[in-house]
Order: sequence, then C-alpha cells, then structure tokens
Amino acid sequence: MLADLLFRIRSLFRPGRRERELEDELQFHLQNQTEKYRHMGLAPAEAARRARLDFGGMEQVREETRESHGISPLDTSIRDLRYSARVLRKNPAFATVAVLSLALGVGANTAIFQVIDAVRLRSLPVVAPRELVEIHVANMRGARGSQERDNALTYPIWEQLSQRPAGFSGIAAWSDESVNLSPSGEVREVSALWVSGGFFPLLGVQPALGRLFTPDDDVRGCGIPGAVISYSFWHSEFASDPSIIGRSISANSHSVEILGVTPSSFFGVNPGKTFEIALPVCSATTILGHDVLDDGTFWWLSLIGRLKPGWTLPHAAAQLEVVSPRVFRNSLPANYPQVSVKDYLRMKLTASFAPGGVSELGQQYSDALWMLLAIAGVVLLIACLNLANLLLARANAREREIALRLAIGASRSRLIRQLMSESLLLSSAGAAVGLALSYSLSRLMVSLLESPGNSVFLDLHTDWRVLAFTAGLAILTCLIFGLAPALRATRASAQEAFKGSARGLTASRERAGLRRALVVSQIAFSLVLLVCSLLFAGSLRKLLEVQTGFHKEGVLIADLRFARANPALVQAGNYQKRLLDQVGAIPGVLSVADTTVVPISGQTWSNAVWMAGHKPSAAAESYISRISPGYFRTFGTPFLAGRDFNDRDTATAPKAAIVNRAFAGRIAKSANPVGERFFVEATPSIPETEYEIVGVVANTKYRELREEFGPVVFLPLSQDPAPMLQDQLIIRAALPLAKLLPPVRRAIAEADPGAHFAFVNFRDVIDESLSRERLMATLSTGFGALAALLSAIGIYGMMSYMVARRQSEIGVRMALGANTGNIQRMVAGESGRLLMAGLAVGVPLSIAAAALARTLLYGFRPYDAVVLCIATALLTMVALMAAWLPARRAARLDPMRALRDE
Amino acid sequence: MAQPNRVDLPQGTLDLLILRSIELAPQHGWAISQRIQQISSDVLQIQQGSLYPALHRLERRGWITSSWDVSENNRRAKYYQLSAAGRKQLHKEKQTWRQLVAAVEQVLEGA
Repeated sequence: MLADLLFRIRSLFRPGRRERELEDELQFHLQNQTEKYRHMGLAPAEAARRARLDFGGMEQVREETRESHGISPLDTSIRDLRYSARVLRKNPAFATVAVLSLALGVGANTAIFQVIDAVRLRSLPVVAPRELVEIHVANMRGARGSQERDNALTYPIWEQLSQRPAGFSGIAAWSDESVNLSPSGEVREVSALWVSGGFFPLLGVQPALGRLFTPDDDVRGCGIPGAVISYSFWHSEFASDPSIIGRSISANSHSVEILGVTPSSFFGVNPGKTFEIALPVCSATTILGHDVLDDGTFWWLSLIGRLKPGWTLPHAAAQLEVVSPRVFRNSLPANYPQVSVKDYLRMKLTASFAPGGVSELGQQYSDALWMLLAIAGVVLLIACLNLANLLLARANAREREIALRLAIGASRSRLIRQLMSESLLLSSAGAAVGLALSYSLSRLMVSLLESPGNSVFLDLHTDWRVLAFTAGLAILTCLIFGLAPALRATRASAQEAFKGSARGLTASRERAGLRRALVVSQIAFSLVLLVCSLLFAGSLRKLLEVQTGFHKEGVLIADLRFARANPALVQAGNYQKRLLDQVGAIPGVLSVADTTVVPISGQTWSNAVWMAGHKPSAAAESYISRISPGYFRTFGTPFLAGRDFNDRDTATAPKAAIVNRAFAGRIAKSANPVGERFFVEATPSIPETEYEIVGVVANTKYRELREEFGPVVFLPLSQDPAPMLQDQLIIRAALPLAKLLPPVRRAIAEADPGAHFAFVNFRDVIDESLSRERLMATLSTGFGALAALLSAIGIYGMMSYMVARRQSEIGVRMALGANTGNIQRMVAGESGRLLMAGLAVGVPLSIAAAALARTLLYGFRPYDAVVLCIATALLTMVALMAAWLPARRAARLDPMRALRDE
Repeated sequence: MAQPNRVDLPQGTLDLLILRSIELAPQHGWAISQRIQQISSDVLQIQQGSLYPALHRLERRGWITSSWDVSENNRRAKYYQLSAAGRKQLHKEKQTWRQLVAAVEQVLEGA
C-alpha cells in the first residue's frame, strides 16, 4: 500500500523521464526481437515487421503501461489540457471570442450577485447574526407624528420595552442621522448613528481602540457623554492617529469627546450605509436641539433584539403581542390627536428575522437587483449557446479523426474527456477573466446606485460565497457547452463518418438540427433582452419627460439652518422676508421662494382633511406643504383660480390655503372651490384648524415622479403657528448655478453670519429619485446590446457552416444556371427561417419576462406592441447583417471548385 | 514457421510466470518473454507487448524492483528483480496454482 502510494507520487514528479525510460525499454525489446529474426535469416525489413507484429500495438502498450503506473488520470488530464491549449492557440479568434463572451457573462453575474450578497444575503459581521431580529409595529396605520424612518418607534415606546420582554436576551435601539461636523459656515455632513447603551454589547462588537458605549453611558439627561467613531473615519480623517482618544470634534456645533473606535469590519446594521460617528441615544436631545426623548410622536428609533437560545421567532413575536397593550397605553403622548388615539392603542409589536441587518438600500433595490441577475443569467446562457454551437462545428469538422480513433480502440469516455478538456479550459479562462472583470463591474453598479449627497457603502470583498458562485457558473457552462458536442461527436459510427463527404446532398438533416436549435434559442433570448432593455430605457425616458407641474432645470435649493444664538431671529416671519428679498435682488435670479417640503426629495407631510359641513369620518389623506409667496412663480406652476399668498395673510388674518386641482376634484368636489372651507386634523403640535381656500393651482408631483397626482394643500409660512428656524430656499436663476453660489452665500451671511447652509441642485434631487430606473436602463441596455452581438456571432457562424456544408449543392445549382442573386436569396432564406423560429419563441417569452418586471416599469404594459415591433426590427437587422457575409461568400463560389472539393 | 499447439495464457497467470522468471536472477523484459516462451517449449504464447503493463503493475505493487544496467549486447536495459515481498507473493501464488491444478485434476478424473 505504502509502496504503491510512493510509486505514484514519484511518478508524478518525473513524467518526462518516465516517458523516455518507457520508450527506451520498449525499443530495446523491439530491437532484440528484430535481431532474433535476423539471426534466423529474415531480411531486415521483414524481421522488423515480424517483431512489431509479435509485439502488438505500440501505442496501446504504451497507453496500458502508463495506465498501470496508476498516475494515468492526472497525467492524461494534464496532457489533454496541454493539447487543448495548443489547439486554442492555433485558433486565436475563436478562443478570444469564446473567452471574452464567457468572461462578460460570468463577470456580470458575479458582480450583480456580489451586490445582492452584500445587501441582502450576507449576515452582519457581528456575533451570532442569525439570532438577531427587528422589532417593529405590525399595523402602523394611523400613526401620527413625524416618521423619520420606516418601521421606527418613539422613545417612550422604547422606554417601555427596555424591561426586556421574555424571549429576548437583549434589545437595543438605533437610528441614523446626518450630523454637521463644521462649527459654522458651509455644512459638512457625515453619517451618524444613534445607539442605545446596550447596542454594542448586544452585537458583541469589540473596540479597535479606546472603549465603546455601555448602558451606563445612555441614561436620560446625559448631555453629551462622548462619541465613538468608525474605523474608516478614523483612518480617513485622523490618519489612524492612536492618540485620538480624548480629542474632541464638533457635532452640530457641540463639542464631543471621542471615546473609542469601532473595528474595521463593523459598519452598523444597515447594509448600504456606513457611519462616521456614533452617539448615545440620550444625547439626541442636546445635539438635535429639541426634546426627542419625551416626544411620543417622533418615530425615529429602530429596534433590534437577540433571541434567547431555544426561543423561536413566532414564540417571541407572540410575547411581544402580549406586552403590546401595556406598552402603547403607557407610552401614549398627551398631545396625541384624539381621533387617532384608538389606532395607537391598537398597535401591536412584532418581530422579523434580520441576520443581514435592515437595509433600506436592499428594500429599495431588491426587485431591480434580482431582475438584473436574471438578465445577466440570460446573457451568460446566450454566450454558452454560442460556444456550444462553435464547439459543435469544430467537433463536426473533426468527425473523421474521432471516428478513426474510436475504430482503433480509443475508449469513448477517454475521447469525451479530451473533448471536454477544451471546454474546461475555455470556461476556466472565461471564469477567471470574468472574476477580474466583476470587480470593475460591481464598482460601476455601486456608482450607478449612488448620487451626489447619497453615497452608498457596500462591503464588496470576495468571500467564499462569491467564489463558489463563480466556480459553479464555470462548471455549469463547461457542462452545458462541452458535454453535448462531445457526446454527439463520439456517437457517430465510423462508417457514417467515413462516408459523409460534402458531396452528400442527402447529408443528414438531424446533425444540423441541434445547431439550428441552438441558434434559434439564442435569437429568442436575445429578443427577450432587447425587449427588456427597450422597456427599461423607455421607462426611464418617460419618467424623465413626465409632466411634473414644475420647472426641473435651473433651480437651486438652499437648505438653511440658523444659529440658535441670534435672538433677532425670533421674529422669523420678518427675517424670512428680508432674506427672500435680498436673494431675489441678486442679478440673474428670476424668482425665489421658501418651503418646508422640497418636491421629490422624499420629505413628506400629510394629514387627514375634510370639507366644512362634512363629518370628520369622511376625511381623506392629503399632502401638505408650507410655502412663501412666489413659490408657484418660482416653480412655474400655473394658477387655475384665485390668488397666491401675499402680505395680507398675516398671523392674525384668517387661515388661508391654496389647493391643487386633484384636491379640488376629489375632496372639494368642485371645479372652483375658491372661498370654500376645510379642516385639517389635529397634529401633536397644532390643533384642528379650519382653512379657507384662496387659490387653486395645477397638479404637481409631490413625493416621486412615478406617483399619480394626488391632493396637495399649500399653507403660507407667514401663518405658521410653530415656525422652525429652518428654511429651504428655492431659487430659480438664469445664471449657471456655479455663478449663483457666491452671491447667495453672501446674502445668507448678511442675514445671519452663523447660519449653516447646504446647496443642492434640484436637478440632482430629481435624478437621485430615479437612480433605480437609471440602474435598470443602463445595465439592461448594455446587456441587450451584448446579447444582440452574441446572437450576430451565432448567426454568422451558423450561416458560414451551412454554406460550407452545402458547397457542392450550391455548386450544382450554379452549374444549372442559378445566379448570385438566387444563391444569396437561398442563404438569406435560411437565416430568415431561423429568425422566424427564434421570434416565434421569443415573443411570448418577452411578454412573460416583461410581466415579471411589471413593478419596475413605468408607462408600459408588458405586451406593448410598439416595443415588440422595434425589438423585432432591430434583431432582424442584426440577423441580416450577420448573414450577409456568408451569403456573399456563397454567391462568389466557383462552381467547379465547389463540386470538386470534398 | 511451425506453431505447435500454441495455448493462450489463462488469465492472471502472467504475473506468476513473470515472478518465477526472475526468481533466480534479474532479467530485462525481452529476456523474460523469451524465457517464458522457451521454457514452455513454445507452447505458451503471450502477446509480447502485454508483458510491459504487467511488469509495471508488479513494480507498482512493490513485488519487483527495477534498475537500469548494460545488457549482454552492450545496450542499456531495464532489469527487474524480485523484492522480498515479491518472493513471498511468488511462494503464495505457486501454492495457489498447485492447489487449483490439483482440484481441477480431481474433478476431471473423478466419476
């Protein structure tokens, strides 16, 4: 046993020498046998022949001896690979096309999978992530107040839960925030995390430097105990300075001491975002400047818990439901709107698994990413079909050689192994290049997801999952496009192979059948991808062109927050007017206004409204916004009736409101409701109020471009009962925006030197809201083009093969009088038939695919006839172009040569 | 060339014959094939080529070892010799063979 193993190992290391020795040994035998016969009196040639006869098949003996060494499988595999490499080197064009198309397919799939993995599949880099759950309200309907994040709770609710309900070994709360690091002047925002004291211990995160928060740091009235910074921020901002502990930074103009640094792998529990600094929840009061801890209508905390060992999720969720009535009863805020109290008390807590954290990015892009993965999968499939076709063609060309080898005794499995080693080499090369390509592709994808002001952070390192995925793809492609050709080629009987010459007019249809089927499939799948890319690109275009009701270009938004120190700002109304006048006076500025809600930015304010004289129970939801006079002029929204707000709408005048056409139609149920009155439900800070409609404007988009026009109520800032020291200026200018910034900065500084401000181009706000559509459009168009290219190559290959195969038939036809036109038509007809078959399969597939992607489309039905026609036309053009060259070649054939050639 | 009663080698006995051929002294492959033919008075006819896979297989099993040396006619040849394990194996196979022959003989002679 041991001797056997040693023998095999030794043989591995000296293959060349072994070969030479074997050769010497066998030659020695032959020579001796020849000499023996010569001594018996035979002529040298005869002696040699006899000796060889006695010996038997040389190659067979060599082969069997090699096999008896026991290193055969590895040895022959290496030999096969070397041979394949030589063959591929001799056909560089084929090899390049094959490897590149595979690389693009594999690379695209791997890149998209990487992003999906980082966002959805991968567990958080914390202790036992499978035990983590997100605790949230199951039925948030009717929740009132300010909802900062999805599925968030208020601090009073969190307080009720901090006596851990049964089933959880720990609960923690967190939220995210933008915090301004610059003490004054232009805002420098970084991502911040609010965390409860138990957050880091719950997740088992150990500090890289200094210490992290403990429950003792997070008690009411803590002021500002300190901050924890992230590893990447420590590296980028402080150059990993080890003496950072104890230094202070400015957070929203408060000085905060740095207590520690989190480890490099930790980015929070929200994949897609990272954080720069973490602050304890109790310090939110100081840093945000208002008492969020007692505010039962500020929904900002996400809860994360760890299941106790042995507890299942349904069991723990049931526990939460049991404690819910008590929690909500005790946390009910005093100022909660009376009409909604019932809904609040009915709320139930529940839990869902969150081993990968809670990713907003994931929720937003999940559908798009899976769709893209499917598209990339189809691209890879097309590439494989291409290669299967090419390899089949080559196997066909080597028919005779293979038949001969089968005849003289090569085993079928051996031959199949050799044929497959070529596809193995190609697929490995393709996978390797694809893996390298996937890095750039995934970075490209992340950049498509990002937008100015909203950076995406994804940990895209290659882990075993990604490698397994890529390797799996490579093996699959090898099997798909290697096995079929190899099996077919070795199935042919020797007789058939020797008989089959190009002259055979009755050449077997069946052999070309598989290749035809492959090309038809390619065409069908390419149609699907073309249709998808047209739909996505079309959706993006439609969204970009949709009627929004306001100007999209040339509008600058200035987000202002005023320093609290200035007492003169208490008369906010007067101050705002002064600022607006000053900015309006800047040369080049066409119009300026102020608002609390910037359209399409995601800021939302809505409430229940009902017309005077109707019952509150008939209330409907309406969007609301507060604006200054000139808002509609700035945005270019026309008035349909009535007037804009003006100086008459003071704090003591009757409450005025402007509504849009959708409100007039759906709620006021009148074409011109000017003069009518309506009520808005009480909010925690404002009692139920009656308003009089003074104007009606055209519909505008409020929250996103996709939505239907909904009812919107506009209220004047001058009548705001609880003004905030915050403004968002809308500035429309004829200047390029870069030239606009300095004078606006000056105007703001004049009004309040300590103000914080940030500028954003309204165009960017709109573009950011379309990043998902842009992602789909860009990538699907790229893939669609790639698919069309691959199909073109497939058709070209098929047509060339067909022309070569039917050479003698063409020769006969030409000899009988067919002209070049006839021949070209014949070839074109063949390709046309393939195209028809492909389209017949492809159209229903396309409709099915579009139906799957319905939620991602805008303005298109899955069976849009125009799109189908355009895609079909494009593919037809591609097919005809691909068939043109072989058709020309066929028509140029010299009939004599064609007939003579074998 | 007279080919008196050439008998095909029963399966599995090639190993036994090879081991026996080199029991007394190391031999190279050709010599082994000649010896088997010669000593069996030309009855046992083996395809000469099939000797070599068998030799290499026996070497792999550790029953014979090989070394390169100069042959009688001054050429380089690979000589095989029995190893200690090989000697034991030969003894065992001789026994097995004799048992087999005796048993078959009994069956043939019996009623």
